Amino acid sequence: MTQAGAKDIVGRGNDAGARLFREWFGDLAAAADAGRPAAYVFVMGSLGELMRTFDLPVVFPEINSLQTAVRRVAHEYLNEAEDYGYSPDICGYVKADVATQLRGGALPMGRIPKPAVAVYTNACNTYIKWAEIWERMYRIPVFTLDVPGTRAAGGQTWPGDPDFENDRRYVEAQIRELIPILERVSGVAFDVDRLREAMAFANELGRGWKRVLALNASRPSVFNALTDGTIYLGVANGFRGAAEGAAYFTDLVEEMAYKSEHGIGTLTDERYRLLFVGVPCYPIFRRFSELFTELGGTFVGSTYLHFASGGANLGFEYDLARPIHSLAEGVLIGVRDAMDNMFHQTDVLLRMLDDLGADGVVYHPIKSCRTVSTGLADSRRALLAARDVPSLFIESDMMDRRVVSEAQLKNRVDAFFEGLASRRAQAASRRQA
Amino acid sequence: MTDVTTFPEWRGRPVDEVLARCAELLEDDRYPTVARWREAGGKVAGHFQVYFPEEIAHAAGMLPFKLRGAPVEPTHADSRFGSYLCSIVKTSLELALSRRVELDLFVTHPICDAARNLGAVWGRNFPYPCEILYLPQNANSAHAAAYLRGEYDRLRRTVERVAGRPVAEEDLRRSIAVFNRNRALIRELYALKREAPHLIGAAEAYALVAVGTLIPREEHNALLAAVLPLLRERPAKKLDKVRVVFEGGFCEQPPLDLLRAVGRSCDVVDDDLLIGLRWILDDVSADGDALGALAHAYLERSTYSPVQHDLRKPKEEMLLERVRAAGAQAAIVSAAKMCEPGLEEQVAYARALEAAGVPYFVSEFEENMTSFEQLEVQLETFVENLLFE
Repeated sequence: MTQAGAKDIVGRGNDAGARLFREWFGDLAAAADAGRPAAYVFVMGSLGELMRTFDLPVVFPEINSLQTAVRRVAHEYLNEAEDYGYSPDICGYVKADVATQLRGGALPMGRIPKPAVAVYTNACNTYIKWAEIWERMYRIPVFTLDVPGTRAAGGQTWPGDPDFENDRRYVEAQIRELIPILERVSGVAFDVDRLREAMAFANELGRGWKRVLALNASRPSVFNALTDGTIYLGVANGFRGAAEGAAYFTDLVEEMAYKSEHGIGTLTDERYRLLFVGVPCYPIFRRFSELFTELGGTFVGSTYLHFASGGANLGFEYDLARPIHSLAEGVLIGVRDAMDNMFHQTDVLLRMLDDLGADGVVYHPIKSCRTVSTGLADSRRALLAARDVPSLFIESDMMDRRVVSEAQLKNRVDAFFEGLASRRAQAASRRQA
Repeated sequence: MTDVTTFPEWRGRPVDEVLARCAELLEDDRYPTVARWREAGGKVAGHFQVYFPEEIAHAAGMLPFKLRGAPVEPTHADSRFGSYLCSIVKTSLELALSRRVELDLFVTHPICDAARNLGAVWGRNFPYPCEILYLPQNANSAHAAAYLRGEYDRLRRTVERVAGRPVAEEDLRRSIAVFNRNRALIRELYALKREAPHLIGAAEAYALVAVGTLIPREEHNALLAAVLPLLRERPAKKLDKVRVVFEGGFCEQPPLDLLRAVGRSCDVVDDDLLIGLRWILDDVSADGDALGALAHAYLERSTYSPVQHDLRKPKEEMLLERVRAAGAQAAIVSAAKMCEPGLEEQVAYARALEAAGVPYFVSEFEENMTSFEQLEVQLETFVENLLFE
């Protein structure tokens, strides 16, 4: 590729991601202005491929809420929901959305349409409580797609196992029950061929996502899993089952492969390769990342990119010959993997440490999210028992700047890097000896 | 199954003393009944709140032991969790880490995000089987009962491995009969609370029910069967108190002293304390497919809680119905600190009660709290407002 070619390709994923997001929000604002109702869904098990077959605008309240934090207005939304009666101790995403609804859908990025239906899995229990709020506010149908998770660490079952089939039949039955609800709400008849088409796009997206994550094994790493990765993740969720999503990931694979081949890394002078466990600190999103990159640390992998993509990282490919059966199987395996990345991370992290050649692990539990944060301290103990690897445990929040102390975070991060440097120096002197 | 009597202390005693012994047992953090069971060679199936089909463990001869937290310091457990978490998750694990109770099996449920994490945490800390029983969260799916029957069968196989014996259909039916009897006796106690609340205080009734989580259900049946007639003959004066429903005790439990404080100004005529023990509203069929009958009862013949979404049971309407059915004048809408489902539900409950014109008192509690003066003063003020309205 020529210099001009490199200029065209490097950074394309971030630019295209931002463009797609602008267009997506533009479409949502137009739907809101036209009074068109939308489907509210969540990142872990969005069923985007099914939603698209009914022409329903798709709203991801989690993404909207985190955007209020990134744009530094989350506190206004949180305060409004707390004044309404919600406790400071519940999920910040929920509260930002409550305030959004009270404001008629107004967000810094534009206005979102009201929900006509809410479809959510149990990957996060708060999804269920959240949907109950819309059920009460708007009297709309809400649908829990119940996806049984792993019963015990290492105890996953697979197609053909009677226990797996019991779960799969349950998921399939629910999908079949959901379809007439979506038909009623959208006024669009179900078309299995449109579903096949959307599933084919989801297959392409999944293949690309899996490949992109794997390409970060390159040295230097080709993207920062915390910052760049969050952009890619947004597209993986918002455009699941869409032609644009499939094309985006095909291009992204090309970009990452090109960077890998040409030794082009992120902007960081990569001295330490790190894994991130938890949810990003959105109130100081860029600054949080800089605390690491300024000291030569880059995030090469993140469990967030696994669980918050609903398990799309697995690259599960649907069998288009039996779409509903396969959709149930894919949702079950994917959403279950998303949950495993939150509850049973030890093996996941050991694999990532090896595959991505990481030097350390950063745990970031947050006040707002019990799903992700409850077991992280114990998970860290288990990882350290299995592997001698440096780790950092820092608490803050994904939404609430009242519990984000940048100075404290910086102190801890600085000390962590001192430890990394000293460990590396000791290893070097041992080798010399 | 062992033939040991784990809780003989109440036998042959007057009713006040029986109730006092129940409260003592409930607050004994050495869990002597579980220890006696184990010393006699019995195995223990620990299960976290809210509902667990105890019949399946019972049918294998195990002692089903409900982990409902405890008023203990989570000295060991604190290092396993993040900072922002309800107490019950920490103290339940503490009981096992500190070896106050020893289990052979641990089962949790997808009732909330903390409880699901607990299964993984427990599994990383103990060698015995620790798992999640995935009770269906889409109670409205026509396939939910068939799925749950399959999930119960999976649990049965786990229990068989731990107990070291098969669980036959007949075993399950016998256990269902024992638990049907237990549910009927608890219903009788709650009827008494509604009809003559002056005969048994909120804390006393709670202790009488809660000891059932610590002893074999046959013993609990004997205890209830002996005490209920004595309660009806208890010499007690009717006092000028407000009839209230206490809502918010479906998972973490308020300390007995909090219930005593409430009971000084209120008659608690219904509540959701340990609602899992009363989840199933009437007898489970002991004929035909036992696991199928348990699954059907869980979904079709059950009450409500903030941790189950069922379109047929809008929770705020269910609460209003509970208030009406109990003839309550007001509701105490409480929630455990850091309990996400409870705190979220509190908003809907408060709005529904407001709209229905039912006076309500909003509060938070923690199982480890030791000071109740402020709460009691606030509650007394609330009650006085009602009495002198």
